[in-house]
Amino acid sequence: MNLAAFYARNGREVLGLVGQHLYLVAVSTAVAILIGVPLGVLLTRRPAWRGPVLGIANVFQTIPSLALFGFLIPLPFIGGIGARTALVALVVYALLPIVRNTYAGIAGVDPAIRDAGRGMGMTDWQLLVLVELPLGLGVILAGVRVATVVAVGTATIAAAIGAGGLGVYIFRGVATVNDTLILAGALPAALIALAADGLLGWAERRLAWRAR
Amino acid sequence: MTPALEVVGLTYALPGPRGRTLVADVSFTVGAGETLVLLGRSGSGKTTTLKLINRLLEPTRGEVRVAGRPAADEPPTRLRRRIGYVIQEVGLFPHFTVARNVGLVPELEGWPRARIAARVRELLALVGLDPDEFAPRYPHQLSGGQRQRVGVARALAADPPLLLLDEPFGALDPVTRAELQREFRALEGRLGKGIVFVTHDVREGLLLGTRIGLMHGGRLVFLGTPQQFRESDRPECREFLDAMAAA
Repeated sequence: MNLAAFYARNGREVLGLVGQHLYLVAVSTAVAILIGVPLGVLLTRRPAWRGPVLGIANVFQTIPSLALFGFLIPLPFIGGIGARTALVALVVYALLPIVRNTYAGIAGVDPAIRDAGRGMGMTDWQLLVLVELPLGLGVILAGVRVATVVAVGTATIAAAIGAGGLGVYIFRGVATVNDTLILAGALPAALIALAADGLLGWAERRLAWRAR
Repeated sequence: MTPALEVVGLTYALPGPRGRTLVADVSFTVGAGETLVLLGRSGSGKTTTLKLINRLLEPTRGEVRVAGRPAADEPPTRLRRRIGYVIQEVGLFPHFTVARNVGLVPELEGWPRARIAARVRELLALVGLDPDEFAPRYPHQLSGGQRQRVGVARALAADPPLLLLDEPFGALDPVTRAELQREFRALEGRLGKGIVFVTHDVREGLLLGTRIGLMHGGRLVFLGTPQQFRESDRPECREFLDAMAAA
């Protein structure tokens, strides 16, 4: 059975899985931004925390994703079978690039500009909002882009713990040695990753300040 | 009349029990319309002194009064908005237009828009930049000299009684530097502000200063008029004068 025929017959189901996949990626990335950007900003204010925080985030990054999903299942509140557990794991993976790039983006602002801002009487908040975040935005968005693309790939594994998404086809295909089925899940996942990369790259170019 | 700036016994030591003393017991007064040039070699404590005045660094000892008010009595952000500050690297915000850069302190102070716009035009004209042409530009679209003019305009924006300039012309080519020095000299008297001007360039110091303060190893070793400086036989002064004569 070829891929086109498979999609023609299972159109509804495919769309449903794509929807679940997009949901997992969008929610986990959004939560990771909400946690990661403030955390990255905090690290620029508390340099002593940078080592430990980035270290911990790094360690989480090295845990194989399938194992992390497995570890989370028995935990109360955040664990169990289903999308909630998958979201927790996806957020953990998305955090590192976002925290690291937020820190790097702000730390990379020319010290003379920061000095000038403070010397003119900006409060720390004004310096952050008017100067540091706008100037670091390009680097921060690059981190968001990496996190999103990684999340699209990792979300395929979420199917293993019953979170749905395009991984459902991939796991089913692997179990039944059916290449068409594997492809039916892998191809749209790859397209979503490419689209996310392109879209966020475009946003990066549009929004980020640079000397034109 | 209250002087624009009074500095009494200003001392700054790096933190820690053996912290090196970078500025030791410096005292001076700068009146309105007066330019005190702080001259000295690299590491003599000139820039540190400026940062102690606007509290980018907190003095270990000593007192600073700006227009009669003790600097320690108000929040640093409020204090700094009463002090114009120009640094060598200019520190213009690259993502703001010239107009927004110049109008920044008034913006922070919550001036109405129309008043900021009018003030920006007035200041750009004052530093010799055509407002219509330059207000909408970004800093990277300016030459070094133009950028430094914008830096001066920005420092003057909220009409502060005191200006601090840290080697403002240091990074410019010699021709532009000479041009800006001439213009600044003409501007000084008209502004009627107290000015502290840090430089390591004696020639610049003698040209622009109504008084010269020579810093050496964190101490103010000489304070007097340019004439007195030229006639001084203090070795630290001679060093600078000889270097100038040799050039």
